[in-house]
Amino acid sequence: MNMKHTILIAALLAAPTVQASGGGESFAATQPKWKAECSSCHIAYPPKLLPAASWKTMMGSLDKHFGTDASLDAAATTEILAFLEKNASRRKPEPSAKPVLRFTETRWFQSEHDEVSARLWKDPRVKSPSNCAACHTKAENGDFNEHNIRLPR
Amino acid sequence: MLPLKTPLTMALTLAIFTLNAYAQTPQETLAGLRQQAAETPGFQGFSATRGEQFFKSTHGNDWSCATCHTQNPTVSGKHAKTSKIIQPMAPAVNAERFTDQAKVDKWFKRNCNDVLDRACTPLEKGDVLTYLMSLK
Repeated sequence: MNMKHTILIAALLAAPTVQASGGGESFAATQPKWKAECSSCHIAYPPKLLPAASWKTMMGSLDKHFGTDASLDAAATTEILAFLEKNASRRKPEPSAKPVLRFTETRWFQSEHDEVSARLWKDPRVKSPSNCAACHTKAENGDFNEHNIRLPR
Repeated sequence: MLPLKTPLTMALTLAIFTLNAYAQTPQETLAGLRQQAAETPGFQGFSATRGEQFFKSTHGNDWSCATCHTQNPTVSGKHAKTSKIIQPMAPAVNAERFTDQAKVDKWFKRNCNDVLDRACTPLEKGDVLTYLMSLK
């Protein structure tokens, strides 16, 4: 398999398959490099969770990524950032000087989860609000549909 | 958009991934490390015992290799922060391990920084790989 073919096929697969879902958030945008790299340690968080400025800051500081080194080579960083920026949230940025890096701190996330009890957040099976899959059983596939929510009990 | 993911494209992709997944053997990865380590004066070969000790000890930070990979690298581990399952590190039970140089380099860089706040030496990496390859 020569390099040209590899690149061609990679490019074909990279075509984002954004689908509008009936109401609610659409998290269908995907890209192979993003999926492979960003799901190594956690689920590949959908680009729409943060605005472009946040992703730019995050991808520029991967060597200090929430307390761990998640550095990537320059080519992968550039490729993934382009995808994140293109599919980022278009909501008005948060009223803070610095871009928000934790999507769990966005007003959108907090209002979406305002009915979640303090007890549930503290459940050891949830551990962190960034642990989407604790309740969103199909989070890994970008599916956050309410019908697929199962609260740990 | 055209239906891009045809069976042919998928078959080709699978073929590429399969080829890439086993670009080299763990023995070849180890040989590369041995070549680098040999440049250090006094190098007398790798040691599985030293590797095991290194793997299971902390080195100034909270985490050791075993924190996420467990004391037994033939079983699955769990990321200390995110709890994501990490497949076993020992090549005997996970044939994909240490077969992709880019992946090996990427993870040694990241994890050595997390555990030691510095890059690991070729000797340290070779010892650890020798230990992991000694496990059945």
